[in-house]
Amino acid sequence: MRQLQSFIIKEFYHILRDSRTLMILLIMPIVQIMLFGYAITTDIKSTPTAVLDHSFNTETARMIEQLQASEYFELYGEVRSIDDVHLLFRQGKIRMAVIVSPTQEVQLLADATNPNEATSLVQYATAIINSSGMQPLAGVNVQLLYNPQLKGAYNFVPGIMGLLLILICAMMTSVGIVREKETGTMEVLLVSPMNPFYIVLAKATPYLLISLVNIATILLLSRYLLGVPMMGSVALVVGLALLYALVALCLGLLISTMVATQQAAMLISGIVLMLPVIMLSGMIFPIENMPWLLRVIAHIVPAKWFITAVKDVMIKGLTAAEIWHELSILTAMVLGLAAFSVKRFKIRL
Amino acid sequence: MNNVIETNQLTKRFGSFTAVNSISFSVGRGEIFGFLGANGAGKTTAMRMLCGLSVPTSGTARVAGFNVYNEQEKIKKSIGYMSQKFSLYADLRVWENIRLFGGIYGIHGKRLTEKTDELLDILDLRGERNTMVASLPLGWKQKLAFSVAIIHEPAIVFLDEPTGGVDPATRRQFWELIYQASARGITAFVTTHYMDEAEYCNRVSVMVDGKIEALDAPLALRQKYGAANMNEVFHGLARKAQRSDE
Repeated sequence: MRQLQSFIIKEFYHILRDSRTLMILLIMPIVQIMLFGYAITTDIKSTPTAVLDHSFNTETARMIEQLQASEYFELYGEVRSIDDVHLLFRQGKIRMAVIVSPTQEVQLLADATNPNEATSLVQYATAIINSSGMQPLAGVNVQLLYNPQLKGAYNFVPGIMGLLLILICAMMTSVGIVREKETGTMEVLLVSPMNPFYIVLAKATPYLLISLVNIATILLLSRYLLGVPMMGSVALVVGLALLYALVALCLGLLISTMVATQQAAMLISGIVLMLPVIMLSGMIFPIENMPWLLRVIAHIVPAKWFITAVKDVMIKGLTAAEIWHELSILTAMVLGLAAFSVKRFKIRL
Repeated sequence: MNNVIETNQLTKRFGSFTAVNSISFSVGRGEIFGFLGANGAGKTTAMRMLCGLSVPTSGTARVAGFNVYNEQEKIKKSIGYMSQKFSLYADLRVWENIRLFGGIYGIHGKRLTEKTDELLDILDLRGERNTMVASLPLGWKQKLAFSVAIIHEPAIVFLDEPTGGVDPATRRQFWELIYQASARGITAFVTTHYMDEAEYCNRVSVMVDGKIEALDAPLALRQKYGAANMNEVFHGLARKAQRSDE
């Protein structure tokens, strides 16, 4: 135990003395939340919208008021004919138009040069029009569950957690271990009576601690700054994040057994680990729409299971029993990867 | 127990390649043993087996009285190790490095404090206690690394090209530390590229293609091969090698 203790102290020195890296690790979640929350947001606000009303009755007027009142649409002056609408579209002055026929049928036109945006616009407008007491559009009554305001934050907060934990746990651990190989201290440790398992454990401890700080930062910012609700248990979310962090640590260890230089470790963690988190976890692109090969790959990306489970707990308020599927897959990943990489780690020595 | 290393027909094969081919030798307590050989001759593999990092294919070996097949953990407690690659942590202070390796070898508390003071006194590094190792000159670093490698008074210290890249004056000082350790009964098992250093050893072995081609005191080897110095002895033997450099 004393051995492990002196080794963990040493790892803390390494991290605390590299204050620049430490600052980056602690500030990164804040920057990411700000970026996704306010800068690269896919949320739509104040879309210039034209209304062409042929019905002239109070129900339509109320609907138009509600559109105007919502933060999503900004009404564009008076429009008198369908030709005007098309002209405004071509000039790029509006991205959405609502046309009400004399019989109160509603038609929505959206600028689909940006397809995702157009889809969202139609969804927002539909929700508002349906709730205004007009006849439901196309006879379908749409209700958006769990996230009625279609806030992007509900989606990207779990995504950022998935991204950061991989980055810190896998990349930093693999770089930390490979650095010892590069400088030659690893040889000395291996010849010492130090249990190789302790080396790994000591390396992982400080990064696990930093991850905890990051998880807290993200959860607090998302709750109190972005207004993402916490429907389920906080403890369960933190538990999930720790489980996922363990998967990432094992991946980092595995990478460290495969490469010889810190740059290679960084590159592999960056490309082989980070890219799937961004592309294949369902964070940005829906997995259901991918070709089958990518769908299969997505299923072995730990982030996919983590992000799904965190969303379920945070947004839908599911309990541990209801996400047992994701929990058991992540647990299996930890056990499998830990056994495999510790074995590899030992053999390589 | 007079011999701290005893090997008998120790062999290591990787597939069809015999890296170490049936070597037998013994090294006595407090002896300074030079382990020479060109790159690829099998030195590193032999040394790894003796350190308990690699299991032999056949043959026997005992290090500090322990069997290399099943007592690796005991061997690791009885040996020290230092390599050409600098083996301390550059971003830790001098005393922090000493405390770390003391901790790894089970030295704590008062004994560690005493040991640290003693070590810094011998190296004349008292004033550098709180210096980051990164800012020490290379020669001092190597001397510190050696002292840390024997902090637990091991039976044997393995030195893998310990003086690589160090200037001749510092190399001499470094060898004085080896002599002091040897006088305390610590055996030094040294590989080196510098043939002048081979002359400092009590006995020297020369490995060629996985076998020990010669083993004796430097003076005896020079006489046997009619050479003026160890350099000629070494190159005369190494020229026979069939294997190319790794």
